[in-house]
Amino acid sequence: MAEEIQEKGIHLTKQDRLAVCNRHQYLQGSWNYERMQNGGWCYAMIPAIKKLYPNRDDQIAALKRHLEFYNTHPYVSAPVIGVTLALEEGRANGEPIDDVTIQGVKVGMMGPLAGVGDPVFWYTVRPLLGALGASLALGGSPLGPILFFVLWNVIRLAFLWYTQEAGYRAGADISKDLSGGKLGKITEGASILGMFVIGALVERWVTISFKPVVSTMQQQAGAYIDWSTITGDAEGIKSALTQYAKLGANGLDQMKVTTLQQNLDSLIPGLAAVALTLFVCKLLKKNVSPIVIILALFGVGIVGHLIGLL
Amino acid sequence: MSPISVLLVIIVAFLAGMEGILDEWEFHQPLVACTLIGLVTGHPSEGILLGGSLQMIALGWANIGAAVAPDAALASVASAILMVIAINGGSDPTEAMTTSIAVAVPLSVAGLFLTMVCRTIATAMVHGMDKCAENDDMAGIERWQIVAICMQGARIAIPAAALCFIPGDAVTAALNAMPDWLSKGMEVGGGMVCCVGYAMVINMMATKEVWPFFALGFVLAAISQLTLIALGVIGLSLAFIYLGLKEYAKQNGGSGAVSSGDPLGDIIDNY
Repeated sequence: MAEEIQEKGIHLTKQDRLAVCNRHQYLQGSWNYERMQNGGWCYAMIPAIKKLYPNRDDQIAALKRHLEFYNTHPYVSAPVIGVTLALEEGRANGEPIDDVTIQGVKVGMMGPLAGVGDPVFWYTVRPLLGALGASLALGGSPLGPILFFVLWNVIRLAFLWYTQEAGYRAGADISKDLSGGKLGKITEGASILGMFVIGALVERWVTISFKPVVSTMQQQAGAYIDWSTITGDAEGIKSALTQYAKLGANGLDQMKVTTLQQNLDSLIPGLAAVALTLFVCKLLKKNVSPIVIILALFGVGIVGHLIGLL
Repeated sequence: MSPISVLLVIIVAFLAGMEGILDEWEFHQPLVACTLIGLVTGHPSEGILLGGSLQMIALGWANIGAAVAPDAALASVASAILMVIAINGGSDPTEAMTTSIAVAVPLSVAGLFLTMVCRTIATAMVHGMDKCAENDDMAGIERWQIVAICMQGARIAIPAAALCFIPGDAVTAALNAMPDWLSKGMEVGGGMVCCVGYAMVINMMATKEVWPFFALGFVLAAISQLTLIALGVIGLSLAFIYLGLKEYAKQNGGSGAVSSGDPLGDIIDNY
């Protein structure tokens, strides 16, 4: 009997797998505090369940089996569903794969994979593309949002489909590979790139500017443009510009004003920004809510502005 | 706003709300949501600018496990709508934008609360799915899933629709009533708040091994000729070089210390 089924063999076609992949995009739709992504997972599995189990009781068992607790990163869940498809296909064709195996593979994969998906997608690729798009957008270019949207979704869709297929082909073998070096390397590489880019973003986009004037110094003659000698015609403008090119911004006034910010910048630009960021890291580690910190920073901004510090 | 604009705004808000939970197409990211709201209300360039500014703040906001980050969806949609209403009501676009950025943060907290409510309601919905499963009712499970997603869409669409009907002069009057020190101070604070998102990212990824790369990125960014793409290339190269060298060191270490991987050292050792 078992042999007969195996000979016939029910197999998931590419169409079926595409249907699952498409539905898998709605994985988090019914995210809940009890079993997290279970509803979306079951929703994604339905086309496969319909195909593999013609029998009503088998269908009920399969639906229940796939409504169990599940939670991982929504993209790296794709290889997990690929493997699960392979396991369910084997089971439908009479292989001795029980509920425990399937649930075990799901749970065994979701943990380590979430550990890859979060740093790679949420903490590297999205900040990277987001910062790229945002910096274009801040220049007023519509290319910013378009680039972000298109690049993100191309990467995402390609990832969802190809890793699901890879999981489906590898079947249960993939879970053996999880503890291996490859995933660890991807995570590590992503953290390196991510930390590098975050370092750059802190320098570029966290703006703190200290207003207090440290010194006001009278400059020597010749170190500034003597505006009384500049005539109002084209010749005068030329003379002023020539002097400006030589003297730089400090030559505009007789008094040289140095703000605290300029002193700090001569040490290294963005020093205050990085100090603030590291301080916030500390606070977050002490479980201070990010919202509280954000609101506090607005408070600091207002107070700092009022007393003329910022 | 014209009725068509309002309708389109509600659709955009619905998409943003769905994506706020699905996290797939990223319609809830400020860059996308604010641009779309700007587009459908006839203020595309202001929408893009607001989106860019908010995106910088929201870069590190991500839902990890059961923890929920500040809600980018409500923040971007609602602040974009407020900005458009203020501009239509005759406010200065730059001023309207600054204020919208400031109100985005409290809005993201409100959104967080709504998200938690929706996620709790969804618990009841999956119990509905359990019932369907017992009766082999697959269409029923699908229905619950769609209802759950629509609930998340409505989470943003309903507040957005309500905001559309606030009269423009009320928003403008509120803006004008805001004293200068408050808006300037908010601007200063706005320059700092992006560090919170970055700090969240850092805490997630930082190990002793990767801190030097943070330092490198920080100092290299001071060279203003390097664009973000250039910096990305440098970062990627560093990652490959580092992993390659590490692999190399491991192989040599594993092969029984025949060679120290340092030709000069070998010569000296053998001398």
